[in-house]
Amino acid sequence: MKIKGKVWVLGDDIDTDIIIPTEYLAMKSIHDMKQYAFSPLRPELAASIRPGDIIVAGKNFGCGSSREQAPEIIKSLQVGCVIAKSFARIFYRNAINNGLLLVEHDLLPELVTEGEDITVSVGEYIEHKDKRYDLSPLPTNLMEIIAAGGLVEAMKKKNSRND
Amino acid sequence: MRMTISEKIIASAAGLEKVSAGEIHTVNVDRLMSNDGTTHLAIDMYNTLLKKPRIADKDKLVFIIDHNMPADNPKTAAAHKKMRDFAREHGIAFYEGKGVCHQIMMEEYVRSGELIFGADSHTCTYGALGAFGTGVGNTDFLYAMVTGKSWVLVPPTLRFHLTGKFREGVYPRDLILTIIGDIGADGATYKVMEFTGEGAKAMNINERMVLANMAVEAGAKTGIFEPDEAALEYLENHGRKPKYLFKSDPDAVFEKEYNYDLSKIEPVVARPDNVDDVVSVDEVGDVKINQGFIGSCNSGRIEELRTAASILKGKKIADGVRLLISPASNTVYLQALQEGLMDIFIDAGAMIMNSNCSVCWGGCQGVIGEGEVLISTGTRNFKGRAGHKDSKVYLASAATVAASALAGKIVRADRVIA
Repeated sequence: MKIKGKVWVLGDDIDTDIIIPTEYLAMKSIHDMKQYAFSPLRPELAASIRPGDIIVAGKNFGCGSSREQAPEIIKSLQVGCVIAKSFARIFYRNAINNGLLLVEHDLLPELVTEGEDITVSVGEYIEHKDKRYDLSPLPTNLMEIIAAGGLVEAMKKKNSRND
Repeated sequence: MRMTISEKIIASAAGLEKVSAGEIHTVNVDRLMSNDGTTHLAIDMYNTLLKKPRIADKDKLVFIIDHNMPADNPKTAAAHKKMRDFAREHGIAFYEGKGVCHQIMMEEYVRSGELIFGADSHTCTYGALGAFGTGVGNTDFLYAMVTGKSWVLVPPTLRFHLTGKFREGVYPRDLILTIIGDIGADGATYKVMEFTGEGAKAMNINERMVLANMAVEAGAKTGIFEPDEAALEYLENHGRKPKYLFKSDPDAVFEKEYNYDLSKIEPVVARPDNVDDVVSVDEVGDVKINQGFIGSCNSGRIEELRTAASILKGKKIADGVRLLISPASNTVYLQALQEGLMDIFIDAGAMIMNSNCSVCWGGCQGVIGEGEVLISTGTRNFKGRAGHKDSKVYLASAATVAASALAGKIVRADRVIA
């Protein structure tokens, strides 16, 4: 799986309340909420992100609440993947369960500038300015969930195989 | 055996003799809690995504409405109705208007040695009784609801040895903020924070909850204490018995050990917008406040209310300052009434809210406006957490919040009393 896209660069500790503030959680659908993604920090961001773009951030991305609307909203913006130095654990599980690809990388967030293009070959490498940075492969079970589009879809697939 | 408390709980939930940090295991979940933050989403998924869905064991489920309680607009009312109807249809234990979900879980359900999933990040609170509680999203919740199982990556444990005694005017709240300030908001990511030592043993269960509850703010999967006589007494007072009384083995493997002398801890605040930006109250400078809040699953119990009342008694909060107080549950509320604390709060000019997540959740009560400053006993001070994106939240103990409400600016409680 290869993702090529433009990067949007965010800092450390991007919390769930920045990803989607509490006041918008009561809206009817993720589709209604998605224009407010990241609004406390970058109100223009949600409208600027194009399908396939990549979010790059520092450490502890997704810290805070267990609200699953956080990864869902990033997925609904059709972000190709999120690359961060580290992820908060509840967010990490929620993202995988929603089929949103997360990539942990120490170095890349220090090197990229917003607007640059990068290529991510999942489980293999990240390519930035003709340089390649190795990635460790994702565990097979997690990759299966992401490839299926989330945990529920993966469960359904598994069940239909067993039927 | 060489296992920590957390490893023993996971091993028993996985039906294994021994587990070690870093392994992934399928576990049976003892109990599943979900609140109105996301239950309606899990119900939608249950009804629309699954073919012939069924609940593995309805007796393990607890639904609690506490985030937007009472409903503040038609959308939240609809989410509540969905939850209420589903609970009735499936015979699921259901609470509304009784208090914050974690407080109700501690009063009614949690047993030492259990593995509990909650669709709320502060499920880690249950470690105060030696249970392994951890927060999950609504998809993980749904999966566990229909299968009775889930998977866990066995976390390594950081152990915090607490020695000595707090000085007058210093509280567990100051300790946990100090620890998070030291190790950082990601200092325990995917790890367990285990609290031990004479300082931990001297705390009652309510005080232990203050520590365990904030573990997630350092990124931890849970915070936990060894269940002891205090845990047994709490369980007995609430009509329950422990499932297991696990202790960490003397030769258990800890990733790192920390020592905290409680007598050295000072009253602190976490400055906006990061929970690990912690400084002594004396160093915070001249910070005027618009609102104070005492409540939440972290600090809305009788201990915090008594502390606040002792500071507010016979005094008036500063002009232009609102002070909101929400007891963590109706049990706490009634006790505060019986002890005369509510009279003191009302005389001082405070507003008493029903038992719910209130200001800490920033969704339905006491939301603050642009440029306003809140000092809170809540769990988070993220940007915009309590309302407008350009408002500020300082986190502090109930004593510091009460004193600051009197002074109209952030101050140490002993300065006001003096």
